[in-house]
Order: sequence, then C-alpha cells, then structure tokens
Amino acid sequence: MSENGHQEHVVSPKLYATILAALLFGTWLTVQAAKIDLGRWNIVLALLIATIKMSLVILFFMHGKYSSRRTQLVIVSGFFWLAIMLGLTMTDYSTRKPEPSRSANPPAIAIHRA
Amino acid sequence: MHRTGELYGQYKTLEQQKETATLGMWVFLVTEILFFGGMFLTYAINRHEYPTAFGVGGNMLDLNLGFANTVVLIASSFTMAMSVWSAQTSNKKLVPIFLIFTLILGIVFLGVKVVEYKQKFDHHLIPGHGFDITYCSKQPAAVCGISEEDHAKEITEIKEGIEADGGLVALNAHAQLYFSLYFGMTGLHALHMIVGAGLLVWLILESRKGRFDANYNTPVENIGLYWHFVDIVWIFLFPLLYLINRHLA
Repeated sequence: MSENGHQEHVVSPKLYATILAALLFGTWLTVQAAKIDLGRWNIVLALLIATIKMSLVILFFMHGKYSSRRTQLVIVSGFFWLAIMLGLTMTDYSTRKPEPSRSANPPAIAIHRA
Repeated sequence: MHRTGELYGQYKTLEQQKETATLGMWVFLVTEILFFGGMFLTYAINRHEYPTAFGVGGNMLDLNLGFANTVVLIASSFTMAMSVWSAQTSNKKLVPIFLIFTLILGIVFLGVKVVEYKQKFDHHLIPGHGFDITYCSKQPAAVCGISEEDHAKEITEIKEGIEADGGLVALNAHAQLYFSLYFGMTGLHALHMIVGAGLLVWLILESRKGRFDANYNTPVENIGLYWHFVDIVWIFLFPLLYLINRHLA
C-alpha cells in the first residue's frame, strides 16, 4: 500500500516458504507414486499431483487468489479452452478403431501391463 | 522510458492501471497455455497410440537429473516471488539480490539440461539417422555410464518392448517419436527459460537503480508471472516425460 491509496495484497514470506515446502513435497511424492504399479491410475495420480502443484503456484506465487475477478476469469478461461482441446481430441482418438495401415502389427500391449 | 508509477491519463486510479497490466500479462499467458497445449496434445495422442515405446523411451531419461532440475526450478520460483515481495514492501536493496538468485538457479537448470542433451547424444537417442534405441543395451553398462542393475533392466525392457510393439523397426520408430517430443517440449521450455533469463538481466540492472518499490513494481510482478508460468510447464513435463513407466520391477 502506498501513499496514493494504491492497494495490493502482499503475500508474506512465511506463506511463500510454506508453498515452496508443499511444492518440494509434491515433487518427492510424484516420484514415489510413479514407482508403485497402479496400472492406468499412475498417470491419473501424476496429473493430479501436478495440477495441485500448479494451483498452488497460480494462487499464491502468481497472486491468483488476490487478483480481480476479471483477471481470475481470464486465468480460468485459458484452462477451459485447453480442456476443450485436449478433452474433445482425446475422446476422438480413444474411441477410434485401429487404422488399416497399422492393423498388420499386433496392437501394442497396455503400458502398465494391468 | 523511465516509468516510475505515475498515473497515465487513460486510467482513473493506480490500482486500475496496475490491474490492466496484470490482466494483459495473463491474456498473453493464456496464449502461451494454448501454445504449449498443442505440444501436450501431440504428446497425449502419441502416448495413447504407442504406450510401449513411450515407456521404454521415458526410462532412458536420467531421473536424478530430472528430479534435481525440478527442485532447482521450484526454488527459482520462490526467489522470484520473494523479489516481488521485496519490491512491494520497498526493500529496494533486496530486489536485485533475489533476482540474481533466480537468475543463477535458472542458469543451473539450463546447464543440467545441456548435460542431459549431451548424454542423449552419446546414447544415440537424437531422432534421425543415427537413432538406435538398443544402443546402450548392446554395449557394456560402463559405456553408457549406467549401473549394472539398470543395464540389466534396460535389456529386459527393450526385449519386451520389441515383442509388444511388433518388432525392432516399429519400436525404434515409435521411440523416435517419443524423443522428438522430448526434445521439442523441453527445447521449447528451455527457449522460454533463455528469454526469461534475458528479462531477469534487464530487471536486475533496473532494480539496482532502485526503480521498483511499493508504488511501482509492475515489471517485477509481470516478469514474475512469466517465470512462474514456465515453472508450471515444467511441473507437467517432469512427470509426463520422466515418470511414464518407473514402476517396472
């Protein structure tokens, strides 16, 4: 806050340090989680941890929590569009039958051997 | 150009002026989300189509270096956040100090990346004519600098991979796709880091003049947003590239 009445939220170093610790813990956790065979849930867990880490960075390091509603709308819209692009494309690819050109090869076995 | 936080004519308050700058930065970052999004989509499609080759390729990355680099980058985001705090609380002397820490950590990250790229070059894992996914498994473990245990694992994995993917030619082709995406995605990320390092150099020089304080810190804040964004991209790249198939016994 300055003499001009220009207000902005100042995040304390203590909170920044807490977020740092949480992010480092998340990094350790994601490596440990990858070493356990969870079948197809490995990727789900990895993305879940990464999304939580991302949220912490956006909310606190990037001050998303303290931004104006308008800015928050822009932030959310970016991920909304990304979700449309990834979601709709992958529903297409995951429901297609194998293309004839590749049917000569046996289908690759699932990576997790579940 | 010596802006110090005076109010420009088109704004009613400094608060509105600052919010406009933040909003503009975020609009840019949204375009960056979709820019990287295209590569994440390409990755998702190809990993879905060729899970075996992606698993084999991912296990050839150096997990320790990848983990260390993630820690380095997260630490640099913290020091960046602290430089914003220093500016917001008018600790003018602290601003360049935290920025210099951020720059050093950024350079360490890029240095480790160079070491990793060199390793991949030595292991014949650069997509192209010389690409050979079986190269290290055919050499004694010492040639590729991996432990006997990891070497034995790699031999088994490649054998199983060839069987699962429908032959050596197929596995080699699909593993090249993985490594093309590895170099494409980490390369684009590294390019952003280099741009970020350039911006940091400018910020350090300006902040040493004492320009940024509670009244005016928009450049520190916005370059900070950019730096954190690049950190977020890596938070996703690390599990997606390094941790695909690490649970093999």
